[in-house]
Amino acid sequence: MSEGTAATDFTYQPSPDQSAATPVRHPVVIIGAGPVGLAAALDLAQRGRKVVVLDDDNTVSTGSRAICWSKRALEIMDRLSVGDALVEKGVTWQKGKVFFGEEQLYAFDLLPEEGHRMPAFINLQQYHFEAFTVREVLKHPEIDLRWNNRLVGVDNREDGVTLTIETPDGEYSLVADYMLAADGARSATRRLLGLDFKGQIFKDRFLIADVIMKADFPTERWFWFDPPFNKGQSALLHKQPDDVWRIDLQLGWDADPEEERKPENVIPRLKAMLGNDVDFELEWVSVYTFQCRRLEKFRHGRIFFIGDSAHQVSPFGARGANSGLQDIDNLAWKLDLVLDGKAPESLLASYHDERAFAADENILNSTRSTDFITPKSDASRAFRDAVLDLARDHGFARRLVNSGRLSLPSTYSDSGLNSPDSPGFIGAMIPGAPCVDAPVTLDGKDTWLLHHLGGDFCALYFARETETAESLAQLRDNLAALEMPVKLVAVFPPGTTAPAGALTDRDHLADARYDSRPGTFYLIRPDQHVTARWRQADPQAIRGALQRALGKGPASAEADAEKEGTAA
Amino acid sequence: MSAQQMTAQLKSEARLTRPDDIYQVLIDAHRDLTPEQSQAFNSRLVLLLANHIGDDEVIAESVEAARKGL
Ligand SMILES: Cc1cc2nc3c(=O)[nH]c(=O)nc-3n(C[C@H](O)[C@H](O)[C@H](O)COP(=O)(O)OP(=O)(O)OC[C@H]3O[C@@H](n4cnc5c(N)ncnc54)[C@H](O)[C@@H]3O)c2cc1C
Repeated sequence: MSEGTAATDFTYQPSPDQSAATPVRHPVVIIGAGPVGLAAALDLAQRGRKVVVLDDDNTVSTGSRAICWSKRALEIMDRLSVGDALVEKGVTWQKGKVFFGEEQLYAFDLLPEEGHRMPAFINLQQYHFEAFTVREVLKHPEIDLRWNNRLVGVDNREDGVTLTIETPDGEYSLVADYMLAADGARSATRRLLGLDFKGQIFKDRFLIADVIMKADFPTERWFWFDPPFNKGQSALLHKQPDDVWRIDLQLGWDADPEEERKPENVIPRLKAMLGNDVDFELEWVSVYTFQCRRLEKFRHGRIFFIGDSAHQVSPFGARGANSGLQDIDNLAWKLDLVLDGKAPESLLASYHDERAFAADENILNSTRSTDFITPKSDASRAFRDAVLDLARDHGFARRLVNSGRLSLPSTYSDSGLNSPDSPGFIGAMIPGAPCVDAPVTLDGKDTWLLHHLGGDFCALYFARETETAESLAQLRDNLAALEMPVKLVAVFPPGTTAPAGALTDRDHLADARYDSRPGTFYLIRPDQHVTARWRQADPQAIRGALQRALGKGPASAEADAEKEGTAA
Repeated sequence: MSAQQMTAQLKSEARLTRPDDIYQVLIDAHRDLTPEQSQAFNSRLVLLLANHIGDDEVIAESVEAARKGL
């Protein structure tokens, strides 16, 4: 098999657990081998954790699902060693156009800025994403991936979770210290626990077609309002690898999904869009109705909901899988530290706080886009049409046109894990923000800042003019001796000689993006989010910020005390 | 925020030098329009003015004042 492809079908193999006399206990069991469950397994395995992954099927995802993977999702997958394969196979894009009728309203460019390792977006079929991720999973002996293992029962107790699993060889049970429910929008875990999944359904239908054709449309996201080939509705065209194109056609609520799915009805619609002389083949066609909803709580005792099982959004904005990957980025390091006894249980509570906040942001954005595309009332339609009409001549109205606000990572600005910001900083890298990338060099070789941040707690330290190899070694030792070792990532300005192991800020971009001065110190979480920063590093302050970031801050300490109080 | 601060942004005193003329401009603009076109017109006008005002608070207060009693 070549580098560019990966297996998509797998075989069920019985596990010795199935014939054990008493249910075998595992520290972490993940339900679901979709993008989110697979990434969670990789993240934990990279930390040396043993995990069991159960999936009710034995293939990667089928049909038309995620295609757009965001920069942040790619950075996370890069940390999990799959980033290069995804980017290499994917179609890199950053530009788009929005049309109204036959006219182009405006064009956009998502990443006009240079100096990031990962592109703004790639397009890649979800089945390719999963296949590459499974390929990496199979390299990890820590991961026990079991196909055709369907979760059919859960008993969520204070001392562990007992799972009942159905296989081709019958049922068996497992016990998990922690269970991660990555079983998707129709989550069996949610159903078995009787949990509500509340939100709104949008009264509209969309024909989603993946079409194989040789065409020379540019690799841009093209979105139409009221195009001549789909009067009164919207349409989207976007390129994927292997000459596959994603086409969305809005149908309206009255459309009959069964009829619309039939090739004899689909083909004329596509010919009207693509022109009569374009040869194409249908890879997959479905009719979807979209919704935005979420669980009230992402954590129920020892069970964590991650990805679509916790929150579901309409696809305008590509916030589904991309946000699910940010869930695991957030949870894996916390779970690892708690399993190791290095952080208190209260750290796990921050998973819900931070990711429910992010889910609300994603739901808000996706709902607004969907409301713009499918107005819910006459007044809402009148405003929408007014925006489109004005957008021709008035720049401000172009900013109001909403065909999807594309996925960006959340800044956990209100998180209890953050320390208060220090005065005098400008820019986006506030406590809670995901670190931005910058090109740097290490020992004369080009590399990227994000490759050196994350995995563990890190100190991003901008060297002073007076810095010496000795002063740096001293700082490195002090950081390594903290209750939780912090890895020193020292950055020197270009034109100076960085000691071995330190980075050079090749194009001054780390400096600009982190608003640095000599001595500026950022404390970075293992998921590459800033948690504290100072103009001058003070050991006392660093220790305090680290405590907070481990869930031992004043707020969590109170919550713990309360829990003990009620338990007593 | 006190009630007084709440209403401090939106100017309610008369500001138009020829109010009757402006009123007529607004009414005339709807002449010969179907109810649907009138709604389209009103929507465009609201968007143009909202952008011109460019002040979140003034807009929020205007929305509140306009909703009153409906
Ligand atoms: C048309 C469309 C377009 C989209 N476009 C995008 C996009 O461009 N970008 C984006 O980020 N997102 C997009 N999404 C959303 C994206 O597909 C989902 O967010 C993503 O699949 C969620 O991943 P997941 O791993 O949480 O769940 P899933 O992918 O649903 O995986 C769940 C897994 O759990 C397994 N499972 C289910 N029940 C059980 C059980 N009882 N026992 C064991 N295993 C079980 C399933 O077999 C499956 O493998 C799109 C979705 C649609 C429908």
